[in-house]
Amino acid sequence: MELKEKLISSFMAFEEQIDVHSELHDLRTAAIKNFENKGFPTKKEESWKYTSLNAILKNDFTVFPKSETSIEFKDVKKYFIHEIDTYKIVFIDGVFSSNLSSTTHQGLDVCLMSSALNKPKYKMVIDAYFNQIASKDESLTSLNTAFANEGAYINIPKKTVVQKPIEIMYFSTGNEAALLVQPRNLVIVGENSHVQIIERHQSLNENPVLTNSVTEIFAQKRAIVDFYKIQNDHLGANLIDNTYVSQKQESHVSVQTFSFGGNLTRNNLNFYHFGERLTSTLNGITIIGDKQHVDHYTLVHHAAPNCESFQDYKGIFSDNSTGVFNGKVYVEKEAQKTNAFQKSNNILLGDKSTINAKPQLEIFADDVKCSHGCTVGQLDETAMFYMQQRGIPKKEAKALLMYAFSNAVIENIKIPELKQRITKIIALKLGVKIGFDL
Amino acid sequence: MLSIKNLHASIGDKEILKGINLEVKAGEVHAIMGPNGAGKSTLSAIIAGNENYEVTDGEIFLDNEDISELAPEERAHKGVFLSFQYPVEIPGVSVTNFMRTAINETRKANGQEEMPANEMLKVIREKSELLEIDRKFLSRSLNEGFSGGEKKRNEIFQMAMLEPKLAILDETDSGLDIDALRIVANGVNKLKSDKNAIVVITHYQRLLDYIVPDFVHVLYNGKIVKSGTKELAYELEEKGYDWIKQEQEA
Repeated sequence: MELKEKLISSFMAFEEQIDVHSELHDLRTAAIKNFENKGFPTKKEESWKYTSLNAILKNDFTVFPKSETSIEFKDVKKYFIHEIDTYKIVFIDGVFSSNLSSTTHQGLDVCLMSSALNKPKYKMVIDAYFNQIASKDESLTSLNTAFANEGAYINIPKKTVVQKPIEIMYFSTGNEAALLVQPRNLVIVGENSHVQIIERHQSLNENPVLTNSVTEIFAQKRAIVDFYKIQNDHLGANLIDNTYVSQKQESHVSVQTFSFGGNLTRNNLNFYHFGERLTSTLNGITIIGDKQHVDHYTLVHHAAPNCESFQDYKGIFSDNSTGVFNGKVYVEKEAQKTNAFQKSNNILLGDKSTINAKPQLEIFADDVKCSHGCTVGQLDETAMFYMQQRGIPKKEAKALLMYAFSNAVIENIKIPELKQRITKIIALKLGVKIGFDL
Repeated sequence: MLSIKNLHASIGDKEILKGINLEVKAGEVHAIMGPNGAGKSTLSAIIAGNENYEVTDGEIFLDNEDISELAPEERAHKGVFLSFQYPVEIPGVSVTNFMRTAINETRKANGQEEMPANEMLKVIREKSELLEIDRKFLSRSLNEGFSGGEKKRNEIFQMAMLEPKLAILDETDSGLDIDALRIVANGVNKLKSDKNAIVVITHYQRLLDYIVPDFVHVLYNGKIVKSGTKELAYELEEKGYDWIKQEQEA
């Protein structure tokens, strides 16, 4: 049976086993219908022109993992920012792991989507936010909505500065020959509140995994949200990350995506503006090789005056790897005095590596500052010669240059331990040990 | 120390050096002068191993070892230093970290231990004082946003840190005001010893008032057409390069 049919036929069985109130049931039913109509996206669609799911969908994915697996913390410690104290919401093969997690209800909710969806005390919040900003049209988001049951639920009341970063971690054990997981996260950040969140999807062996994740982020007035995505996975791992951000006035939301691995990664990152004088930041570093594929598909929808958005994506592609950057900026007529900047800089190191970069600007306001710039190049030979002349061997010189290239994005990481971790991953990726901590 | 024999080099189809011969002994300062396009910068780039140029004939010896086939970093490890006319900006890598990497890679290549951190700091302090460099400057990204003078001073600071056998200063005076020129020249003079040698490449005589050469060579159209002592530089300053051109074409 093809995966699509398998999913549709599992839907009824899925709904029977969970306790859902009727509004949710309606949402899910509409969602599965949309997925049934549209199916998995193909390269025929403009937005999927450079990314094909065909090969991946041939796997016989288990849709619901059979049983709960436990992992020892010491075996997976390295994937956490363990140098500092953090809240942790950890899932193993899609199932919540209470012994690896560190959740809270004191002053803020850092807990489980399943309880938020099922417990009456959360009903008002769920009704107000769940599936409100996520697309009802996009088929993979609909597929996730239909099966949405587990993930991270984070609700920060107003005037709260969350003292510790929150880590959301999805492990796949590879106990199933092939596994499909569909995490669903909801993040609500109240007025004047501040939170830092780190999200990671990590498989523990090479068995194929397809993660179709949806995250909704709501930033209220003057909220500050720093969201970091670490993608450094095995070659069996495939990730489709659908993130939807809703921003109210004077809020600052940044989503920084560090893509180093996996077989195929697609980041659909969408920002919607519902207020003036707010700032959206979308940054990314992609360093891949082999036959890896990373596709960044971004949208910033400017709908109110005096807002700013900044996009800065750096990519380094070796071997046969391919990258896609499609950045859409939409400026509505009302959104006067918009500042929207977009940059995509890429270095191709392999003879067979490719980048498809496509900026899309649709501007209907007349008093705006919008810019975009895509560059594709090789490493600067003069800079290489300069460093070699000072005694730095070619390989190290190359690494230093690539580090320098990604530095503008790295500098934006506000958690020092995370910054250190990212630079370490980069050094490892580039295969060098440089005489100082990058 | 440096011995260049019948060096021919080209970039693409264009021959730029057409048979250069040059002998530089330890303890000497040589100046290479010449009009724009004579091949001065090409010569310095080739000695340092820039792979954009193709050496079509001839050899380059450093202490009797042919270095013509070595990679730039291998030449650097043997003590060749080139002060760039246009130093490259490297954002995100501080001057200190760059130097630490350069020094330790050189030491590693020469079978030495890494320089201990406290010693490194001490040397950095000494050498930065020599070039009158503010300590804050050292934590800035290499050459990024540096003024022309700061870039050149930073080049000589790196030379002081690496203590090369052979230093080639390519148009080090360009973009320098008189104070910076004095500081740079003073630094170079303090680094001069009977164990190393300096080749100064310059268009103007001005720098040679500060770094006094033992020999002056005139490069024109890919060849050394005249050699002499420092008086030759004054003669050039007075008569201009047209004098050389006319002599050559006559």
